[in-house]
Amino acid sequence: MENNIRLLLNNISVVYSDVIQVLKGVSLTVKKGQIVSLLGSNGAGKTTTLKAVSGLLKPENGKVTEGSIEYDGSPVQNSSPEEITRKGIIQVLEGRQEFKYLTVEENLRVGTATRWGKPYKKDLEMVYHYFPALLARKGNLAGYCSGGELQMLVMGRGLMAQPKLLLLDEPSLGLAPLLVKEIFQIIRRVNNELGTTLMLVEQNANMALQIAHYGYVMENGKIVMESDAEDLRENPDVKEFYLGTAATGTLKSYKDVKSYKRRKRWL
Amino acid sequence: MEFFLQLLVNGLSLGFLYAVSALGFVMIFKSSSVLNFAHGELLAIGAFMFLVLSAWAKLPIILAFAITMIGSFALGFVVERLFLRPLIGEALIEVIMLTVGLAIMFKGIMLFIFGGDIHDYPKFLPEGLSMEWGAIQIPSVYVATFVIGILFLIIFGLFFKYSSQGIYMRSVADNQPAALSLGVHVKRVFALSWAIAALVCAMSGIVLGIINGVNVHELSSIGLKVFPVVILGGLDSIGGAIIGGVIIGLLETFTGGYISTSLREVIPYIVLVIILMVRPYGLFGLVEIERV
Repeated sequence: MENNIRLLLNNISVVYSDVIQVLKGVSLTVKKGQIVSLLGSNGAGKTTTLKAVSGLLKPENGKVTEGSIEYDGSPVQNSSPEEITRKGIIQVLEGRQEFKYLTVEENLRVGTATRWGKPYKKDLEMVYHYFPALLARKGNLAGYCSGGELQMLVMGRGLMAQPKLLLLDEPSLGLAPLLVKEIFQIIRRVNNELGTTLMLVEQNANMALQIAHYGYVMENGKIVMESDAEDLRENPDVKEFYLGTAATGTLKSYKDVKSYKRRKRWL
Repeated sequence: MEFFLQLLVNGLSLGFLYAVSALGFVMIFKSSSVLNFAHGELLAIGAFMFLVLSAWAKLPIILAFAITMIGSFALGFVVERLFLRPLIGEALIEVIMLTVGLAIMFKGIMLFIFGGDIHDYPKFLPEGLSMEWGAIQIPSVYVATFVIGILFLIIFGLFFKYSSQGIYMRSVADNQPAALSLGVHVKRVFALSWAIAALVCAMSGIVLGIINGVNVHELSSIGLKVFPVVILGGLDSIGGAIIGGVIIGLLETFTGGYISTSLREVIPYIVLVIILMVRPYGLFGLVEIERV
């Protein structure tokens, strides 16, 4: 049972610049081979949670002040991103942080930084297999690619590192609904076929809960709800606040929304 | 016409020399946005390292050259490790002031050891290397400069374009947080760019030493010439540094040849001022790719 757990966050607090507390005791578990999604409104601390895991808090002057993060049984909190990525945790940043002046293929090659000098041809083929759109543009500068291509590019770049745990921050941001569907299908295939464990931060709760096995809901730096993805999908509060549908499953009319009357139950 | 061709060749080889040394400057700027004011001193250190090994220790020239290259590469690493790494995360102006400090320190140490005199390398370039072409005579040092300059530029061009380490270095210059998220060793990239900078500086320092003699003041002031070169070419463009170097080299020799030798030293800085007024990002400075 114990060794079934890929990632364990144990009551962590994160403070930026020694004063701004963003996470207030977050605990969560990601089992091997699962897709776990983390939902919540803007500023709830989802991205910070991911950055605490990947070590990217450090350059932003953030720190895990309490609690522990265990990855495959060993503590990784406050390690440098260089160490953490070499253990197999790769975060795909929010907002498609491509390398503008590198070609698509060069972008993908940066993904091999954790295992410099090892062969990477097979991984390139694998990425082009999942994202055929990239193959056609491999010689182009990434700065001139479309939003959808860039999302595929940054995800493919993450996969080049052969991650055991891939952290995806808002992969659907600013994409057309059809593309979102495609991206999520690919995420599910990666999880199925490569066995990569995934942690998914999303605003698009509907999509996220369709492919996830388990979900957490965050509010104000705390986990306020957790359950199997299916149960979360059926939960009336999640339905109203994140899925945008009323209990009956129909879209609520704006005039019926009386948010002041109905408080979020878990607060 | 012969005079023109002679100047052209001299200018081109001087230009390649500037280009090679500017390469080091641009690399540091690209990867860490630091303007290196100790550039000229790195040049001088390389030249003196070679002087000590070739003239004083009397090592074979090839060996002395190889040791100088390795030594200056290591020096770049050490400088980054000792002086620049503790300042990562501090304001950029502090880091730039640090390089000014480094420049003064290096120059002081070199003056202390070698004095302000002009030293000479032993003659080692074979006369057979010089070329005669009708009435045009190209001294062997210019031929050597030409060849070495182009060789270095090709090697570094291939390194940045195709090698993994070169691609990681470019990724850091492009988007540091993203490079960090993929596990690129950003500090190692900084160190490597300082090491390569010191190496190419040493290379140009040696060649300048062969042409003009080895002198602390002169070599470190030639380091200043990197500013017109890189500002003309665009601070963040390696290709621009090469073309900027060639243009400045040609301008210098032609001004020296046709107008006056005293104007020769000033012309790069006149260009610098004009470029800053009309095209502050240089000829090949990156124009932001913007998504609309």
